[in-house]
Amino acid sequence: MSDFAIIGKPVALIDSAGKTTGQGKYTDDLSMPGMLIGKILHSPLPHARIKRINPTKAVKLEGVVSVVVGTDAPNKYGILPVGHDETALAVDKVRYVGDNVACVVATSESIAEQALELIDVEYEPLPAYFDPEEAMKAESDLIHDHRPHNIEKEYHHVFGDPGAGFAQADAIVEGRYVAGEVTHAAMEPHSTLAYFELDALTGEEGRLVVQSSTQVPYYLQHKLSIVLDKPMAQIRVIKPLVGGGFGGKSEIIPLEIIAAVAARKAKAPVKITYTREEVFWAHRGRPRTIIDLKTGVKRDGSLTAVAAKVIQDGGAYCSYGVVTILYSGALLGALYDIPNIQYDGFRVLTNKPACGAMRGHGTVNVRFAFESQLDELALKIGMDPYDIRKRNLLKPPCVTVNGLRVQSYGLPECIEKVVKASDWAARRAEYKQKYNGTVRRGLGLACSHYVSGAANSIIRSDMPHSTVNIKIERDGGVVVYTGASDIGQGSDTMVAQIAAEVLGCTLGRIKVIAADTDLTPVDIGSYSSRVTFMNGNATMRAAEDAKKKIIAAAARKMQCFEADVLMRDDWVWKQGTKPPWERTTTAGIAEVSGHVDGQVLRGSLQQKRKDEGPKDFMTFEEAAVSAMDFAGAVSGTGAYAPPKDARGGGHKGGGVGPSPAYSYSAQVVDAGVDTETGEVTVHKVWAAHDCGRALNPVAVEGQVIGSVWMGLGQALQEEFVWKDGLLMNPGMLEYKSPSAVESPEVVTFIVESIDPEGPFGAKEASEGSLAAVIPAVANAIFDATGMRLRESPFTPERVLSGIRKVMGLKKINMTNDVDPTEPHTLREHGGSLWFKGKGPQRHEMDPARKPALSREQ
Amino acid sequence: MKKELIELKVNGRRHELAIEPSKLLLDTLREDLGLTGSKRGCDDSSCGACAVLLDGTPMLACTMLAAAYQCDGGGNEVTTVEGVAEHGALAAIQKAYGDWGGSQCGYCTPGFMMTVKSLLDNNPEPTEEEIKRALSSNLCRCTGYTQMYEAVKAAIKAEQQGTNV
Ligand code: FES
Ligand code: FES
Repeated sequence: MSDFAIIGKPVALIDSAGKTTGQGKYTDDLSMPGMLIGKILHSPLPHARIKRINPTKAVKLEGVVSVVVGTDAPNKYGILPVGHDETALAVDKVRYVGDNVACVVATSESIAEQALELIDVEYEPLPAYFDPEEAMKAESDLIHDHRPHNIEKEYHHVFGDPGAGFAQADAIVEGRYVAGEVTHAAMEPHSTLAYFELDALTGEEGRLVVQSSTQVPYYLQHKLSIVLDKPMAQIRVIKPLVGGGFGGKSEIIPLEIIAAVAARKAKAPVKITYTREEVFWAHRGRPRTIIDLKTGVKRDGSLTAVAAKVIQDGGAYCSYGVVTILYSGALLGALYDIPNIQYDGFRVLTNKPACGAMRGHGTVNVRFAFESQLDELALKIGMDPYDIRKRNLLKPPCVTVNGLRVQSYGLPECIEKVVKASDWAARRAEYKQKYNGTVRRGLGLACSHYVSGAANSIIRSDMPHSTVNIKIERDGGVVVYTGASDIGQGSDTMVAQIAAEVLGCTLGRIKVIAADTDLTPVDIGSYSSRVTFMNGNATMRAAEDAKKKIIAAAARKMQCFEADVLMRDDWVWKQGTKPPWERTTTAGIAEVSGHVDGQVLRGSLQQKRKDEGPKDFMTFEEAAVSAMDFAGAVSGTGAYAPPKDARGGGHKGGGVGPSPAYSYSAQVVDAGVDTETGEVTVHKVWAAHDCGRALNPVAVEGQVIGSVWMGLGQALQEEFVWKDGLLMNPGMLEYKSPSAVESPEVVTFIVESIDPEGPFGAKEASEGSLAAVIPAVANAIFDATGMRLRESPFTPERVLSGIRKVMGLKKINMTNDVDPTEPHTLREHGGSLWFKGKGPQRHEMDPARKPALSREQ
Repeated sequence: MKKELIELKVNGRRHELAIEPSKLLLDTLREDLGLTGSKRGCDDSSCGACAVLLDGTPMLACTMLAAAYQCDGGGNEVTTVEGVAEHGALAAIQKAYGDWGGSQCGYCTPGFMMTVKSLLDNNPEPTEEEIKRALSSNLCRCTGYTQMYEAVKAAIKAEQQGTNV
């Protein structure tokens, strides 16, 4: 069964040469004759009414072509149909420091920057909200008038009977967990190039072309259509190479809309590229989260009930927020067997950059809380962390209490793999013995999972989530037209592999044309790890469709039944005869087909056939040519929509969480803790990931390592540092993205629980491994020191203050009065000198006070 | 600002350019010479995506004024990622980064190519620790670096065997 020609073999990404030579083009690498540069003016205040914008002085500056403001394009949009609360540029209010106020279009970047200084904006400051628990109490000065108490959305779900579940429990642990805010920080800053064509018939503005660093070209086309009042058919979105996304490009980022609006007003091509700082302000990352979690367990280790209350500090706009808060509850299920679940989720608006979808969307922070608490429960009932996890496995195929269908389930094998490889029990015992000085060492175990695409799309409809077209060329070339957006994860390569495997041709024949709304059929984008599963299935079906036509022609030529035609490695032959590569007489044909162009080849092949009569094998090329002679054009089409029974329960909000398949991950972390400095060093991570079938093992491994690595960043050092709504660390260095010397060895194990519905059995590989590593580190710190950290990231000051507490040493306040072992609230870093909690009333000594309140020159 | 005429030598070729004296080498390469292989990833010279070689030494092009590195016969030869491929074929390190997953989204890759090239030019048999240290001058958000080490080792092996696999 696993005898594939291409599937399961490690292959280089088909676009890798473009990346290693510099030939590949990302959006900012593109330019056009007459192209202008756009620069955005951002709000200096977290919450304020705009009383006046006067761009006159800026417009007069030599080299400035136009200045765009909110009223130029006031239509509201947002990635979710329920969350249309953004405009291209602020119309009446700004809602976070960094909000978009105006855009200067000029002949050069430096002129545009100068002009920004000349725009006169008068603001009327409003009280601002930086803490979600405070924001929820607000009665007036709401961030959005239609959201009372600044609550974007709340959900209250009960599955099973949590009350009865807790009553059955022998042990219950309850606690508050707090997770800091992190962001994608993809290496490529966002960039968009937009221009209009002129219409030959009307002589007026014609089609809009947008090239952008996006994970979701189709949604971008849709939102551009809303904001610009232009039919989608008049808009072409092209995705060049994208330098990483991780969710940060999975919705419409302000510059994408602003560039199009600016191109319309300036009547010229406009490119906008964010600075790194602007990328941080655009954000859409993982929100700061407060999780109040309660879990009950029987003495034998089986879970009886879970109750979770989750508050997310969502920032100033809805973004993906409604989906995030739903994922946080829904994905309590489908990892372990939990009979009773209560979930209360609050997505709260605050005056900070909007949070959105980030790798492991919605699950990561709750998983940190849950897997930490599971270890606390195990300790309480005297069980090993390994045993308690094994005790609560699902028994698939099954449907969880909250309506998630689970079919393939490689979690048990994942756990076994990492426990064995890490020599779990022996190593833990050894470390206890060996490390009893100032440096302690321990192991932590944790698990996680993720969806292989959402079973319900953002815009509800019966439209397939992916459609793929295939065209066979005259000389046996294969062109695959897919809407899948390769953002570095390798989806173009995945598509090529599947097409080649199904068609029985070599990878070299495949050309992939991807993510261009004019050329490629609709695919809803690269998010929620849906592409391999959904676009992969659509590709498979398209290739099978085309193959049928080739086989029909080949069967005629070889005078056999269609069912008896086999195709592999560029050969076509009759079942029951020797595969051509095992024969000695194939030389002549290979030679003819190898290097001649379509027309010449056709003549010579027909000639050959006449001479030789029917045979029992032929080349792929020859078969393709006969199919074309027989049927004219040879093409194939395939589509994928998740099956009805995978789409989840009917409860309110039940559409988020269901997926046709889930990936699984288990990890063991080996960490050292310096009890004098609070520094945590992760020495090694063993990570096992169940991705169904690994279509391309190098790529799968790369995704798993990348996920674990990104999770380690969140566990140990990455976090947004806030002060009164001002982001204090908007740079790669201050944000502390780990470099090679800070990155430990990650040993990966691929577990293949062949999924019945995945393409060749494949599931997702890019996100599921991120969540486990954070609690695994927390559990390792506990194993090493006996100190339970409930606030992430586990920075030296948090670790040290926790250690001093368990050691009974004198308290040093390094964490703004928030005890990281029992955090009661989100903390502001570095105190609140200027605002002192009283909204925008700046301290009179604040040097930023005057210029911040009015930008008048 | 008024433009000045300068002469740069990039990837073995001389170019005469009229640029503002304040223009960065990175912007000059990308905008005036169309060599967009070198990338900008940050505002504060922290990412290494813009790395080029100046007479064989890796430098951050986002911190260099183009006018300060005019070719004068005696040096100032700039090599960018576009100059790494050999005789129209991928260099061993380029092939290896593709084969071993050293490059995912590829945005950091040009910078890493320059860093690794200079490492191996100066030290053909680096230890694991030396590779790690050298790579720490560049940031990557995709790979977690592990597969890059495999790629570098594979490239060394390919070089030694004189093959390009
Ligand atoms: S662009 Fe980041 S170091 Fe030069
Ligand atoms: S491969 Fe994407 S940043 Fe390195």
